[in-house]
Amino acid sequence: MSIKEYRTVTQARGGLLIVKDTPGVAFGDRVRIEDYSGGIRNGQVIRAADDAVLVLVFEGTDDLDLEQTWVRFLDEPVEIALSPELLGREFNGLGEPRDGRPPILSNLRRPVAGSAINPAARTYPREFIQTGISTIDGLNSLVRGQKLPIFSGSGLPHNRLAAQIVRQAKLKDEDTSFSVVFAAMGVSYADAKFFRDEFASSGVLRNVVMFINLADDPPVERLTLPRTALTAAEYLAYDLDRHVLVVMTDMTYYAEALREVATAKGDVPARKGYPGYLYSDLAEIYERCGRIHQRHGSITMMPVVSMPSDDITHPIPDLTGYITEGQIVLSRELHNQGIYPPVHISPSLSRLMKDGIGKDDTREDHPRVSAQIYALYARAQETRNLASIIGADELSERDRRYLAFADAFDTRFVGQGESEDRSIEATLNLAWELMSSFPRDMLTRVKETDLAKYYTGTD
Amino acid sequence: MTEPSRTGAIRDINGPIVTVDLPGARSGEQVKIGELGLFGEVISLAGTTAVVQTYESTDGVRPGEIAVGLGFPLSVELGPGLMGGIFDGVQRPLEKIALQSGDYIRRGISVPALDRARQWEFEPNEALEPGAKVSGGLVLGRVQETLTVTHRILVPPGIAGELEELAPAGDYDIEASIARVRTAKGHILKLSMYHRWPVRRPRPYLRRDDGISPLITGQRVIDTFFPQLKGGKAAVPGPFGAGKTVVQQQIARWSNADIVIYVGCGERGNELVDVLESFPQLDDPYSGRKLMERTLLVANTSNMPVVAREASIYVGVTMAEYYRDMGYDVVMLADSTSRWAEALREVSGRLGQMPVEEGYPAYLASRLAAVYERAGRVETYGAGSGSVTLIGAVSPPGGDFSEPVTSHTKDIIETFWALSKELADARHYPSIDWVTSFSGHVHTAAQWWHKEVDPNWERRRTAALALLARDAELSRIVNLVGPEALSDAQRWELEGASLIKEGVLQQSALDDVDTFCSPQKQFALLDIAITIYSSGAELIAIGVPVSELQNLPILAKMRRIKSMYTSDQMNQIQAFRGEVNSAMGEIRIEYAKQGEPAVS
Repeated sequence: MSIKEYRTVTQARGGLLIVKDTPGVAFGDRVRIEDYSGGIRNGQVIRAADDAVLVLVFEGTDDLDLEQTWVRFLDEPVEIALSPELLGREFNGLGEPRDGRPPILSNLRRPVAGSAINPAARTYPREFIQTGISTIDGLNSLVRGQKLPIFSGSGLPHNRLAAQIVRQAKLKDEDTSFSVVFAAMGVSYADAKFFRDEFASSGVLRNVVMFINLADDPPVERLTLPRTALTAAEYLAYDLDRHVLVVMTDMTYYAEALREVATAKGDVPARKGYPGYLYSDLAEIYERCGRIHQRHGSITMMPVVSMPSDDITHPIPDLTGYITEGQIVLSRELHNQGIYPPVHISPSLSRLMKDGIGKDDTREDHPRVSAQIYALYARAQETRNLASIIGADELSERDRRYLAFADAFDTRFVGQGESEDRSIEATLNLAWELMSSFPRDMLTRVKETDLAKYYTGTD
Repeated sequence: MTEPSRTGAIRDINGPIVTVDLPGARSGEQVKIGELGLFGEVISLAGTTAVVQTYESTDGVRPGEIAVGLGFPLSVELGPGLMGGIFDGVQRPLEKIALQSGDYIRRGISVPALDRARQWEFEPNEALEPGAKVSGGLVLGRVQETLTVTHRILVPPGIAGELEELAPAGDYDIEASIARVRTAKGHILKLSMYHRWPVRRPRPYLRRDDGISPLITGQRVIDTFFPQLKGGKAAVPGPFGAGKTVVQQQIARWSNADIVIYVGCGERGNELVDVLESFPQLDDPYSGRKLMERTLLVANTSNMPVVAREASIYVGVTMAEYYRDMGYDVVMLADSTSRWAEALREVSGRLGQMPVEEGYPAYLASRLAAVYERAGRVETYGAGSGSVTLIGAVSPPGGDFSEPVTSHTKDIIETFWALSKELADARHYPSIDWVTSFSGHVHTAAQWWHKEVDPNWERRRTAALALLARDAELSRIVNLVGPEALSDAQRWELEGASLIKEGVLQQSALDDVDTFCSPQKQFALLDIAITIYSSGAELIAIGVPVSELQNLPILAKMRRIKSMYTSDQMNQIQAFRGEVNSAMGEIRIEYAKQGEPAVS
């Protein structure tokens, strides 16, 4: 295979190069670019015509000239080398080492683009994961193979929560721990260091693969980073039979990088300048998690999405919510009250909860306890609004009961220590303790048999 | 029918949009792209170049590679073997693809939708003798496709002539000739048990009829409050997390349709797997057989190629029309039409077409309308009356119902089940909002309910909605000044509305007892709730304090009774009516005895 070099770059802008007179270059192929100083950059063909190609340069097009730029089309897709040695290592978005150690040597290379899992080959996820966090386990349970994002805002403790989940996540009655793939896009040095230190201090580091692109690294690289990370996750899950937890932070920066490139390409914008294909693009990433027939491993995903201006209807959290199987929403109000983790349960949801909980998985009363807590809390929130208008003194006795419940719920059920690992039984018992401040008659979402067994009130 | 194929060369690859040099190409024609043999469809022509949208990723395709025009438009295979299957957006059987290409879908793979090897037991139509005049839509015979579904083998539309020969009863594969027809021009046509039909062309029928009977879904808020007719068009819009998918799955499970086609269009893979894994276990409440035997899935999950997503809706509705032509009532669920519209937008964006609203092309509204218009109840050519009910989920960005897809859809459909984030947050499911939802079929549905269930249906329904409207009004006052400001009668109205909400409207899909509710049980629950309210209102009028009524144990039981007894235990539910009457009667007697109004 002879590889020709082209010096026919006619345009360079916004991370894109146009190269002329390039017959027969394949769409999606990897490109190697040498600049005037001998520096090497990587790229990918994102449009191929018979007389010219458009190349996306991962390291950006800053400091390139048109004269002395040599372009080589490598005749292979963007790939990553895979071996068990990945664990404990740190890479950039292209799978190149960031930890100063040598690159992974392996005959096994896979294209990072991946392909779609055949829906007929999937298995429905139903194994409960205990995270030790009451608002998740009790009310928004996570199961193996689920994608459950954390919707957060700037300054909220999403990183601490993600780290706590990584530390504590386990299957009920099982000790198998998860392998972790950590994908950081556009995060600050401090955030990256926080996770690195967390993994090191909790002793999981040799079970973690990190893919990191910092806030000051080229944004275009963020477009391949989650794909590279997920290709590694698929290898760990389906080749090495591991249960993999993928933590991706922050998807908002990913989407912003996508917008940057889309704008440079001249794509028609849909909402807030994001391209119309943002949904499909995010889905290509999120839908790579799941369970597959007859494979032992699984990929569970916890992306962090920071909501610009805490707006849940912003295109990024909005489209994410349409793809993922629920969301854990953090609240600034709870955070300001000093409650950790500040999980706002009303907009939080786990779609796959129904099949992972109950008699054979957690406890028989679990689904109804969850429904009852939600109903009480919704009513309690209305009462809070009312109290803020007419004053708590004006409330009826019944309403004051709701108010007391809401306060106890926020501080005791939602709030818990950063190293407090609650078992699912402890979470459910706590829920019953709080529910028992109401008379039996008001608990209409649970069964009589549940009341007989777990109700601790005096009524 | 098929013209010989023509070849050309690829000029430009821009994601799924490929420009080819292909003289003589026809708009809509299928094209095989490159050495991988990816399938695509011509969407525009200029001179000798054609723009092709491809159903698969074009990674690795090069300019200069071959492009082959196949001479026919995107078509589906229609014949026995569809039921119970799962197909992708261009009708490739996903289970067979998994056998060939493993857990991931390999590109360029081509597997016919229908199994060529399988033998079907064909029973000819006794009424047909050689020499009989036959034409498109006529029933030639039948095949037991699944234990629930009898597949009627039809003369393909557009064929007419004299029957020369009809095969005797026996086992045949779908390619075997089961009939010979001599056309007016004297040609002999061999008919097999399947034929192909272009998906973008609606299948013909004799005439259109009005819908007459409601589609019973076993969901109270739908059947009782916002009914849908067989052959109607409905939309389920809702922000994420409001429960669109559960509503659609409940309809797929429990509706009294003969056939259910579920099109997962740009949605989650795991949701389709849920259907795939649970439907073979679930019993159809009408036939008693497994639900999967009457269900067909079309799956283009959100990570599958976007152009096939655009095609998937047409593929689904064409199969729905095919079963309609056999005289069946078919329900097609499209989850979600917003993803379909986004696929249109993505292709139009790549073509550089001028966007109008939020990047959508100008033809969005007309395309949407054309798809929904394929729903309807019709008189078929040879199998009596059949219908296609089309129910589309809409996923408005940010839950904003004024965005283009929701607002255009709202103009076209007749029934609108608007899902509310607030209700979902309070875990009030199904979160169909009674204020913004509407149904244009209440009057027609009432005729059915009055005849089949109870002549008071429409009155009770109106009373319940009026109570809910009062509740919204009074709640605004409560939010301003607190509940103490209300009179006893007004507080009883709030209690009554709450009984309707919790005792009737709320219905958990996860509750084995209540997940399906027969029309009789639906009416009984509604009737008892209204009875409690109205007899309570009478008592308050004679001076009974509202607090005494609020402490009645029948209120808690009213909220729970839906989950205590199934639709088969109507006696127990009717017995509760007796409890209600005697509890209310006791208070009435007590206060009549005192002979004076009590102080409230």
